[in-house]
Amino acid sequence: MPTVHDWINNPLGIVEDIFAQSNCSPDWETKVLEYFKEKLKDNEAASWVPSLNDVPVHYLKANSLVKFRCFIQDMFDPEFYMGVYETVDPSSKSKVLRSGKYKDVAECGHQVDLNTKNAVTLERQTFYCVPIPGESPWVKESYSCSNPARVVPSTSYAPCRHKRSYEEDEDMETQPHKQKEQLAGPQGTTDIHGSGDPKRLETEAPSSLSNAASGCSSPLDLNFPLPGEKGPACLVKVYEEWELFKVNDILEVYGILSVDPVLSVISEDKDSSLVDPMDCTESVEEQRVHCPPASLVPRLHMLYAHRLQHNNPLLPPAASEASSGFLNDVVSVRGELLGYLTHVLLGDALAAEYLILHLISTVYARRDVLPLGKFTLNLSGCPHNSTYTEQLYRVIQQLIPSSFRLGMSLHNMNNLRLVPRKDYTANRLLSGVLQLAPNTSLFLDETQLEQGQLDSTGVRNITALGNLISWQKVDYDFNYHQMEFPCNINVLIASEGKSLLPFLTPCLPCTPHSPPQCDCHVRLQPQLAPPNLEQYISTIQVSLSPSLLNKFRIYLSLLRTLDYSISEEVTKAVEDDFVEMRKDDPQSISAEDLHRLLVVARLLSLSVGHTTLSRDRWMRAKHLETLRTNRTEQQKCVNGNEP
Amino acid sequence: MSSPSATPTKDDILCAAWSEDALTPPSRRRRTDDASTSDLQPMPTSPVTDMRSPAVQDTSLFSSPAPFSHLSDTIDMSSPLTYGTPSSRVEGTPRSGLRGTPVRQRPDLGSVRKARQVDLHSDHANGPEAPASEHSVGQKLVIWGTDVNVGTCKEKFQRFLQRFIDPSSTDDENAGLDLNEPLYMQKLEEINVVGDPVLNVNCEHLQSFDADLYRQLIAYPQEVIPTFDMAVNELFFERFPDSVIEHQIQVRPYNALKTRNMRNLNPEDIDQLITISGMVIRTSQLIPEMQEAFFRCQVCAFSTRVEVDRGRIAEPAVCRNCNTTHSMALIHNRSIFSDKQMIKLQESPEDMPAGQTPHTTVVYAHNDLVDKVQPGDRVNITGIYRAVPIRLNPRQSNVKSVYKTHIDAIHFRKTHEKRLHGLDEEAEEKLFTEERVRTLRELAAKPDVYERLSSALAPSIYEHEDIKKGILLQLFGGTRKDFSQTGRGGFRAEINILLCGDPGTSKSQLLQYVYNLVPRGQYTSGKGSSAVGLTAYVMKDPETRQLVLQTGALVLSDNGICCIDEFDKMSDSTRSVLHEVMEQQTLSIAKAGIICQLNARTSVLAAANPVESQWNPKKTTIENIQLPHTLLSRFDLIFLMLDPQDEAYDRRLAHHLVSLYYQSEEQLEEEFLDMAMLKDYVAYARSYIEPRLSEEASQALIKAYVDMRKIGSGRGMVSAYPRQLESLIRLAEAHAKVRFSDKVETIDVEEAKRLHREALKQSATDPRTGFVDISILTTGMSATARKRKEELAQALKRLIQSKGKVPTMKYQQLFDDLRAQSDVAITKDMFEEALQALTDEDYLTVTGKTVRLL
Repeated sequence: MPTVHDWINNPLGIVEDIFAQSNCSPDWETKVLEYFKEKLKDNEAASWVPSLNDVPVHYLKANSLVKFRCFIQDMFDPEFYMGVYETVDPSSKSKVLRSGKYKDVAECGHQVDLNTKNAVTLERQTFYCVPIPGESPWVKESYSCSNPARVVPSTSYAPCRHKRSYEEDEDMETQPHKQKEQLAGPQGTTDIHGSGDPKRLETEAPSSLSNAASGCSSPLDLNFPLPGEKGPACLVKVYEEWELFKVNDILEVYGILSVDPVLSVISEDKDSSLVDPMDCTESVEEQRVHCPPASLVPRLHMLYAHRLQHNNPLLPPAASEASSGFLNDVVSVRGELLGYLTHVLLGDALAAEYLILHLISTVYARRDVLPLGKFTLNLSGCPHNSTYTEQLYRVIQQLIPSSFRLGMSLHNMNNLRLVPRKDYTANRLLSGVLQLAPNTSLFLDETQLEQGQLDSTGVRNITALGNLISWQKVDYDFNYHQMEFPCNINVLIASEGKSLLPFLTPCLPCTPHSPPQCDCHVRLQPQLAPPNLEQYISTIQVSLSPSLLNKFRIYLSLLRTLDYSISEEVTKAVEDDFVEMRKDDPQSISAEDLHRLLVVARLLSLSVGHTTLSRDRWMRAKHLETLRTNRTEQQKCVNGNEP
Repeated sequence: MSSPSATPTKDDILCAAWSEDALTPPSRRRRTDDASTSDLQPMPTSPVTDMRSPAVQDTSLFSSPAPFSHLSDTIDMSSPLTYGTPSSRVEGTPRSGLRGTPVRQRPDLGSVRKARQVDLHSDHANGPEAPASEHSVGQKLVIWGTDVNVGTCKEKFQRFLQRFIDPSSTDDENAGLDLNEPLYMQKLEEINVVGDPVLNVNCEHLQSFDADLYRQLIAYPQEVIPTFDMAVNELFFERFPDSVIEHQIQVRPYNALKTRNMRNLNPEDIDQLITISGMVIRTSQLIPEMQEAFFRCQVCAFSTRVEVDRGRIAEPAVCRNCNTTHSMALIHNRSIFSDKQMIKLQESPEDMPAGQTPHTTVVYAHNDLVDKVQPGDRVNITGIYRAVPIRLNPRQSNVKSVYKTHIDAIHFRKTHEKRLHGLDEEAEEKLFTEERVRTLRELAAKPDVYERLSSALAPSIYEHEDIKKGILLQLFGGTRKDFSQTGRGGFRAEINILLCGDPGTSKSQLLQYVYNLVPRGQYTSGKGSSAVGLTAYVMKDPETRQLVLQTGALVLSDNGICCIDEFDKMSDSTRSVLHEVMEQQTLSIAKAGIICQLNARTSVLAAANPVESQWNPKKTTIENIQLPHTLLSRFDLIFLMLDPQDEAYDRRLAHHLVSLYYQSEEQLEEEFLDMAMLKDYVAYARSYIEPRLSEEASQALIKAYVDMRKIGSGRGMVSAYPRQLESLIRLAEAHAKVRFSDKVETIDVEEAKRLHREALKQSATDPRTGFVDISILTTGMSATARKRKEELAQALKRLIQSKGKVPTMKYQQLFDDLRAQSDVAITKDMFEEALQALTDEDYLTVTGKTVRLL
């Protein structure tokens, strides 16, 4: 039996063993998958697996088992590979069947017989994965702390050493090394290293990576959705059931890391590609994208993956398990959080209340074109020309796992690519800011918007934001057609006056009476006016104890996942209430308002851990809404009276 | 697979004959016996597929069917430089018959040689290393690795060509042919006349005629298609021995049923004939691919030819004539090249599962298929799926274990372009399984199908039952009638609907829903679209300097629904193009020298907001939305979406919304099923049901129309025009379609009447009198308003007359007088209108501030 370390350090060995034992019976694949699933079942064991998120690629051993918490940014075309192939030992003429699964390269230290009847061609799918966009620093930290498999640089690793030293080192029979020798010395391909598994050692990666870092090698656009992101991008090879995965899913992948430099040989060895007429199928750009150097974009052969409901490290993967215990003190946590946010929002408790509702909102269903459960919030009255919005964003970032702040400056609007676009030359989906994982918070800072002209890109970007807010969908640009991708992004707009956003979209009229398409608009009424905002906010943040902060984090992520229902009885009451309200003044409440009320009531119930609507909560929701609309009306009057 | 114990048959004899043939140098390739090459032993090769590897040559006796080899050895040539263009050779030395018609290489079949060679296998060929197939015992000859016997295959295909009749064919490829005669023989005749040596064969035909042959074609296209080529050419030149065509006929199968969707391609499809649909996203430059290299010795000028083998040319190291080493130099302009183009094909958006990105495939087009398609075209491609084998690089110990795949195109068929014979609708018909049809029929048989369907429409939008019903009828449309023979042209079958009403009454949502529902829907906003964006515009292609017609939303939604939001925000010039589209269903373009009329058989679903942002119930529809009545009268149904403000409605609305928010997943699932069902239902009805008016129905329609006219005539108003009658007919037909009925019956007329009346009641009610007055919509003014105007003019006239004989009057003075006299408030506009009316009567003229009597 392989030891614990074997299945992490040498998963391919295990795959090969199982393959050899199975005598070509087709069920060996399921056996392999079951083996690894079994191993990973144990939470403890799973944490031994080093994570690509925390450990730089060059510290990881090639062909070892790693995990990667990632976001599917693009899907490439399926590829056919040698599933089973036969090698012939030239000396003994003995034939050996080998599996090509979970590998990028076929080892043919011996001759490969491509024409054998036993050869099987199989299909696999490639996903281009990047780290989850907008993941908060605390999430990254927390994940990496919980993972004891922090690979220490292996003892043999010495960054200062020259490459040439590899060749002198007897232990280092790495693949690139092998190849280099063959290229250098004409002594032939036959023996040198004999047979057996190639030992897993460091690859060349460190040198090329440092090159990239120092800007020596040509910059490779790793296509992150958000500007300024860092982290490894990865080509994940999927062997089973790839149709279950979707673009923008977040996954945790366990797979075999492959950083064989043969993969990047094309980009370096220009001559050979010229000789090969078939290589003209791909343009240079396309090759750069689809076969980037393995040291920059490692390949990961998926053995096991699960879709993540959330990326909150404080919650177990299946959130429902944790809920029962936590729900008991939900109310107290909510109180604390409300107090905290009230402070942050300069003493405005109503705004804090709505902010909580916003933070736990999620699109839980769609009825034809209508997304249900979205709760876009517009906080107006943010002080202009101050760093308040930035501070506010920092606070939010502290609380939720992934978020992004988009300063809506004219420059950004006119120049940023918000909507992902297909680049047919390189044959990939160029990512845009709006390509975000479900439940990511998008913080739109409208205070940065100044007067000026939007060009056509700007208009398109604003339209895209409007679509996102109204329908929770993003129309990806495929040049010849658009494709609609439903999304689930919490949009929070901070603005000085009422947000222009939903109105500026060309398909919506600027009529004064049309109902706000933003689900909710709260005018901030600061009760306090601290002289130094920055200092004020940081004091609040510092005074928060870490354990309480973690409670907040759990609270916000957990409540999203709860189910919710309305009983018949309450339905009736709500209906009566609506009829009653309409009776008094039909203008006062419209169907839109009822929509919003229902969402507020839902979120309000959830925020205290109730999964059904009660009469009290309904009244409370109504009360909140009245407070809010009154405030908006008031503001209108004030503005109207202004000269 | 053939049985191994087959007794010696004529295949054996065939085999013998071939071996003899094959022994004679088969110089069937485009090669001249010019002096320098005459002593060269031409290498035997397969006839059309270019299998020229050593493996083939070893067993060249059976190197695959070579029936023409004995014929072509006498071909003499004009200039060797004309190799690449067979046509010029034909012109150069006119000749006729099979003997002289050059064979054209088919790189589409063999440009990529497989490592595993294909060979004719017989009992006495092949050494022990050849994987002994089960055929080796028997006498039957098959191509190595397949079960294809060339002789039988050829015979079968000739039989197919000679006998296949498809009397029920609706294929536009066959338009103009006599359906009761063998189809492909007529096509051969066509080739003889037209001279285009390409025979397109519909695989479906082949399948229905000979399933086994079809299977072979799909499984071994590389071997079977050349066999077909041979068969066709033999047949053709037998029939038309004097025919002169550019090169020998090539068979191009299409419509292979194997695969439809790029996503379904898998390793099993490799080297098989497949048809996939997709969209061209990129085409490469033309790539000249060397087929045959020409080498000349620098020393003795001895020349030799080397064929490309698996993308490589084995340069002769030694001159065979003078034995000098490394003296052979490549002469480029005497080498033979073929055209090749790389095309990137992307999955069509309809075929894609939600939430995934589209797949792409590389397609190679060869020879005359090059430049047949442009980026953006929707095409069906039939071709052979290839996986390029891994090439072993001796320098490398490890190779990437990934195959590159592509398709060698054999046939292109554009889908979303107007095809020559105009039967495009049928071609696009969605295919329904029998089971699906049965469920649809069952649904149609239910008495409440109409209500069911209309409630399935946009379930998230509450109530507005009649509006939904109207939209439902719009989805189905009326029956298309063609009176072009009598000069009237087609009658409009599409139903146009206008929704107007308060903002926020989910008009946009309805439009969005419809747009998502219909396959050819377009969604535009009146504010964002210009006339050009709606219709079509002429653009100069930057590369080719050609004028290209780019179509806009209206043309794109031909046979679909064009949803126009913010209809009122549209500029007048934009709106004016709608006049033609909404009645004549065509679009005329006269721009940059292009004058044409495009079909725009689209239904228009428009939404408009009232000018004052809130609907003013005291005004007429026209006044509220400020649209020209000429346009309004082209809408069959105009609905108002108003907030009804009544308690029962509120209650139902509340219930609806609340249930919307707590319905469980399963219930949601059900809804989605309904949407797919609704889609299919509409598609089925649109393509298969063509209701005609029954006798009773026509009587009912006449009666309804007369009644409508009568209502108004009592009060001196016209309440219906022939356009309304047409609308009624369309609505009745659409309702019959909903029931899957081929006859329009009285109930259909009843519903049409009811709906029409409902819509009228909402939109054409004169707010002053409360009566329905169609003239609001047709002339823009209600009869009462017109009457009022006339009265005012008369009053003014009387006022002026009462003043006696004054030739001129002050304008303001007159206005004040009139106001003082009248008991109703008179605005300046009304006063001016009255003055205008009197001016028209030649009673007075207005110059500046004075009014002068005439």
